[in-house]
Amino acid sequence: MREGAERAVEAALACGAGDAEAYASEATRREVRAHGGKVESLGAATQRGLGVRAWIEGRVGYAYGTDLSRQGVAEIAERAVGMARLADPDEFAAPPAAAGEPPPLEGLSDPGIAAWPTDRVAELALAVERAALDRDDRVRGVEQAVYSDSVEQVAIVGSRGTGGEYEASSCYAYTQALAGEGAGSETGLGFGVGRAPGSLDPAAIGREAADRAVGMIGSVKPSSRSCPVILDETVAASFVDLIGKALSADAVQRGRSPFASLLGERVAADAFVLRDDGLLPDGFGSAPVDAEGVPHRRTPLIEAGTLRTFLHDTYTARRAGAASTGNAGRTGYRAPPGVAASNLVVNPGTPDGGELREEVGDGVEVTDVAGLHSGVNPVTGIFSVGASGRAIRGGEPAEPLREFTIAGDLVSMLRSVRAAGATSRWVPFGGSVSTPPLLIGEMTVAGS
Amino acid sequence: MTADFAGLLDPSVAERILGRALASGGDFAEVFAERRGGLTMAIDESRIEAVQSGAEQGAGVRVVSGATTYFAHVDGLDPADLERAAGEAAAALRGQRAEPRPLRTREPMPLPIERRPEQVPGSRKAALLRELDEHGRGEGGEIFQLRASYAEGRREVAIANSEGLLTGDDRTRVRIGVQAVARRGDRAETGAETLGGHRGYELLEEDPGEIARGAARKALTLLDAVPAPAGAMPVVVGGGFGGVLFHEMTGHGLEADHVQKDASVYAGRLDEQVAQPLLTAYDDGRLAGEWGSEGIDDEGTPTQKTEVIAGGRLTSFLYDRITASRDGVASTGNGRRESFRHLPIPRMTNTYIAPGDAEPQAMIGEVRRGFYAVSFGGGQVDPATGDFVFGVSEGYLIENGRVTAPCRGATLIGNCLDALGAIDAVGNDFWMKTGICGKGGQRVPVGTGQGHVRIAKMTVGGTEV
Repeated sequence: MREGAERAVEAALACGAGDAEAYASEATRREVRAHGGKVESLGAATQRGLGVRAWIEGRVGYAYGTDLSRQGVAEIAERAVGMARLADPDEFAAPPAAAGEPPPLEGLSDPGIAAWPTDRVAELALAVERAALDRDDRVRGVEQAVYSDSVEQVAIVGSRGTGGEYEASSCYAYTQALAGEGAGSETGLGFGVGRAPGSLDPAAIGREAADRAVGMIGSVKPSSRSCPVILDETVAASFVDLIGKALSADAVQRGRSPFASLLGERVAADAFVLRDDGLLPDGFGSAPVDAEGVPHRRTPLIEAGTLRTFLHDTYTARRAGAASTGNAGRTGYRAPPGVAASNLVVNPGTPDGGELREEVGDGVEVTDVAGLHSGVNPVTGIFSVGASGRAIRGGEPAEPLREFTIAGDLVSMLRSVRAAGATSRWVPFGGSVSTPPLLIGEMTVAGS
Repeated sequence: MTADFAGLLDPSVAERILGRALASGGDFAEVFAERRGGLTMAIDESRIEAVQSGAEQGAGVRVVSGATTYFAHVDGLDPADLERAAGEAAAALRGQRAEPRPLRTREPMPLPIERRPEQVPGSRKAALLRELDEHGRGEGGEIFQLRASYAEGRREVAIANSEGLLTGDDRTRVRIGVQAVARRGDRAETGAETLGGHRGYELLEEDPGEIARGAARKALTLLDAVPAPAGAMPVVVGGGFGGVLFHEMTGHGLEADHVQKDASVYAGRLDEQVAQPLLTAYDDGRLAGEWGSEGIDDEGTPTQKTEVIAGGRLTSFLYDRITASRDGVASTGNGRRESFRHLPIPRMTNTYIAPGDAEPQAMIGEVRRGFYAVSFGGGQVDPATGDFVFGVSEGYLIENGRVTAPCRGATLIGNCLDALGAIDAVGNDFWMKTGICGKGGQRVPVGTGQGHVRIAKMTVGGTEV
């Protein structure tokens, strides 16, 4: 791994790059899909790839490929240099300077995964489906019960002596249960994540899916109004992920963030405390270094209601005259690094679920949102997204609700967070987020 | 492509791999080999950046035994690696060896490409982006940010299966996109436009500047926008990408995998009247030059034009091989996969509502108070419940039959069967647009299209209660 990356850097320098960086990864993945008590599909693969970034006096190019032979690596490096020649120079574009050793980070890879042969993880997926079916007679079936895992090795090598190497394992299981009485179906998602299958609880995943689907039976459309709203952990995580993207210094510098002019200002209620933390063993975004080899760290983003910093990679930090916060991220070898949160962590508060509902009095609990990728204006933070959930009346859960929207803007929403719940959960949709449920003082609910 | 399928899959190697895949039994085996490459670049802050080039090749092998599919994939096309993948895919099987049929070549018939994009110099593509930047910024001083992107991609595929099929395809696509941000005081609005096709560089030699000007005009228009209304009202949907509404609220529910698991509101409704007689719709993977078109699907089935709704009656679901054999019908050529690393599943190609006979002006003129959704940012549906949601990227109020104030922050929300049944006018205009559709973790290019379409009643989710 490391050797291929080193060769790529040498090759890029040899064909004219002033600086170069290579990112090599090799991942072993498995996936089982179960349905109707049978394994529907079973997949296994090892996947290798290399991405090279080349700098020529402020011009940056990128190339990737899967041919890791000596000749293949040289060809990828040469393409990267060719790409750089097409780019315009940017005075702030440069690789990171060498930094000290990253902090040691244990627990990213669980060797226990090797003790789970394929038939055993297939049984886990089947157990998830059974748990959903056994939970309630009104569960008609599941669309699929899925188990997936991967063990990935990453090596990053920069021409200025930067870089890092690590191995991480991850696994998840989920199912979408279908429930109903008479005509019409309701769906509910249950999921779990971990570093090895031993940490997943198939019964709990199946039960969650069943409970969510059954809970929606008999749902009605709420009347349109403004009211207090609870976002459950999964929904809160989706919004926190959006906030993380808006706190990217790249979005800020290009005038595409609702937080652009708010550094050091009050952007949230005191109850909402947010940090980026790339060093938590449980977080899928954790690693000793970021995607360009800068050590990961903990970065307070919103504290005491105040916006403390934006997320920086090397480029945005140079442009802002700041230091990188270790927030270069990448989705794999096919994409160059860009600013991204590692793990976003919202501090839990004190009220449990019942106390949150009591605090609401009359309002809505949102347990699912849809259309986030099209319903949010990333520049202004104005959003309107589809939602489903449950009414709250007199502090108690009431009828299930569907086919309504919640609307507002991200900054106003943060300023009206009235409380954070006591229990956090890791949610891996989109980015990696750990958050409790959030109580928003007022939001627009549009139904009938 | 030449007889060895552009060096992707030698027929004798393919036969050996299929034999290895069925060595422990199985009803069906297939090898899918692919070479894919592409170039993307962008202009942002009037600077060419994000110049990227990719090249990958590899293969996926699957064995189907009863209701179970076993799948393995490898990077690279070394015959030894492919055989290893076949062995991995078959590893869990314990049956009697099955014999693949001898391969018979079906000559690939890729869709024609006039001007291969990889033969156009990179500097020309950079010049195109600078032109887009100028055109967009030229629309007004309030345009303060503009990002334009260019992408070209080529996928050469070869497919061999145990039923004796050996064929291939060569697919080239280009696409440009422009996102403009307009600012006035502390208000900022965005506008976006795209142009793409299963085409060569010739697609971009007409007037690409119009894409940039259109994106900029949308952003500028929205600076005067009022908050969107909330509540149920008649909605007129624009043509082109307005077709994403049909893609979401009907197309996904017609994909046979959802249907067979009873996870679609259209399950059991074949031959039922699901819409008014004025509605006819197709999925067509053969539309010349369109973004979602391909010569064959990713299982080697030739693409076709499938009538899915005829005069309001549901006439067909969309099938890949496995779901088709379960229903005892032929595949409709909708077995698609993102790459050799994925299994094929039923997917749309180009899905559209056929033009009707209504005049778009009259469709709006008949609405006293309603909403005009010109285009969407995207949408999402749960095929099992039929609940859908769409983000409106450009929308206006309709008051007394006239289009009035632009609106921001609008979402359309509803349930498939209700909304489909409520379509009460289909315009006589028609055009297609490009989209990227995600399902089961796989993203594939799809075309959407229609003329103006009116839905008698739909919920608009805005902030003005």
